[in-house]
Amino acid sequence: MSSLGDVQPQSMRFAEPLPLTSGASLRDYTLVYETYGRLDATRSNAVLVCHALNASHHVAGTHAGVANSAGWWDNLVGPGKPLDTDRFFVIGVNNPGSCFGSTGPTSANPDAADGRSYGSDFPVVTVEDWVDAQARLMSALGIERLAAVIGGSLGGMQALDWALRYPERLRLCVAVATAPNLSAQNIAFNEVARRAIVTDPEFHGGRYADHGAIPRRGLRVARMLGHITYLSDDAMEAKFGRTLQRAALGYSTQEIEFQIESYLRHQGDKFSEYFDANTYLLITRALDYFDPAIAHGGDLTATFAPARCRFQLVSFTTDWRFAPERSREIVKALVDNALDVSYAEIDAPHGHDAFLLDDARYHGVLRACFANLASELQ
Amino acid sequence: MSDRKDIELIAELVPRGSRVLDLGCGNGELLALLRRERDCRGYGIEIADANVLACHERGVNVIQLNLEEGLALFEDDSFDVVLQLDTLQHLRNTEKMLRETARVGRVGVVSFPNFAHWPNRLHVAAGHMPVTRVLPYQWYDTPNIRVGTYTDFGVLARRGGLRILDSFGIQDGRIVRSWPNLLASVAVFKFERAAAP
Repeated sequence: MSSLGDVQPQSMRFAEPLPLTSGASLRDYTLVYETYGRLDATRSNAVLVCHALNASHHVAGTHAGVANSAGWWDNLVGPGKPLDTDRFFVIGVNNPGSCFGSTGPTSANPDAADGRSYGSDFPVVTVEDWVDAQARLMSALGIERLAAVIGGSLGGMQALDWALRYPERLRLCVAVATAPNLSAQNIAFNEVARRAIVTDPEFHGGRYADHGAIPRRGLRVARMLGHITYLSDDAMEAKFGRTLQRAALGYSTQEIEFQIESYLRHQGDKFSEYFDANTYLLITRALDYFDPAIAHGGDLTATFAPARCRFQLVSFTTDWRFAPERSREIVKALVDNALDVSYAEIDAPHGHDAFLLDDARYHGVLRACFANLASELQ
Repeated sequence: MSDRKDIELIAELVPRGSRVLDLGCGNGELLALLRRERDCRGYGIEIADANVLACHERGVNVIQLNLEEGLALFEDDSFDVVLQLDTLQHLRNTEKMLRETARVGRVGVVSFPNFAHWPNRLHVAAGHMPVTRVLPYQWYDTPNIRVGTYTDFGVLARRGGLRILDSFGIQDGRIVRSWPNLLASVAVFKFERAAAP
């Protein structure tokens, strides 16, 4: 049950073009966002929540009349929860390029004479572009300095980027299950997922909307692959093992034999019904591109020199997609710069997915972290 | 866990305004004290989940790491003082840890239970491993896998190229400077790397 109750998405239109890392720009775009809690008189208690690959601005609470509509981080955000909406004004923003309401590939392209959607013409966006868009929205909401920016995985990269490029605009950066860049293996997984989508005959070079088609097969395979990497070997073994789908083997190469197959297909089917293929390509690319140290010859310590805020990092021992070693690299860079940082390495069995679950140690650490922040603001 | 009075005595070895690293920082009490009373900044290293949470609740910087894996996270001479209170005796690789302490910090401070304290000697003379307030464990369940004495540490320090700046015992919340190997249950050493010969 959600304790925030029903929440209402809002949107804001930006007429001024957003210059993008690629050199292109996004003109006349809209950001969809949700807010929870109340902004205090000094506008100092705002916390921005950054979303990862397949999530959105709908962080917490429910949408009226929609079953199972609790936000993706509802176990963390709400009254009395670790990120307590009785104390903080929490903001979730859907990033441009996504498919949940903010301007993205499924939106009408203002440059197209016939009002077609962007489709594959949507410009490539980066983590930095998203953070710039978020910063504009914060300014428009009258929030010059955030109490905190928090995110997990790709969301954690955005939180780190805030600390690097808007150092005076946040007090605390909370980066969970993230990395200073993707490893070759991680890029490889993304590329397999992209190839699954792009080689789907229904993809039509990204203009599937014009053909009334959806590359569902590609999306399904991409999601199945992703799902495998979000779970640990042990978690998958514990949940499915070699359990059969039916009472006995069917000796078929095409039918589902093991429950894990059924689970992955189900996840793939669900995903392909709501997620946009071009968005999947864009967001996995943004993950691949993120590498703030590249401008400093790979020196992560030099990269973090401009940072001024406090940091809270968390990783999970069984997360092999964003392994603890990657978080430790960030911790080292922060310590080298004598920045305030705390780091918890949670021995949770769930793999990368753990950042969305409510492990007591993990949430205990974040609860303490935000309680300290709240008392600092008083 | 060190007593509050012991912690206060050891905190006095840390110069005001130091950048400190506390290895095995427990619940963060010493770090909080150093920040509050001596204007120090720094980090604690801790492995136990409950202690890591306690540090978060106290609002001191804590980094969850296994000290047995070394201090690769920290550059040479990156701290004014590296502290190791009641930690050394739990680590398998004592010598390496001391070397690492002296590498990362300009000054090292360690405290550990002194097994040569006279009641311990009586236990051993009576044919038993010591079980006391400072050493409350039985031989078969003790986390103290490296048992040494005040005098032993001096020998190890010299062997490891450390120069002892100060050393004393603590007994019942008081500093013991005469016969500490016999009269103190806790040994405290402050040291630095000896200059290269």
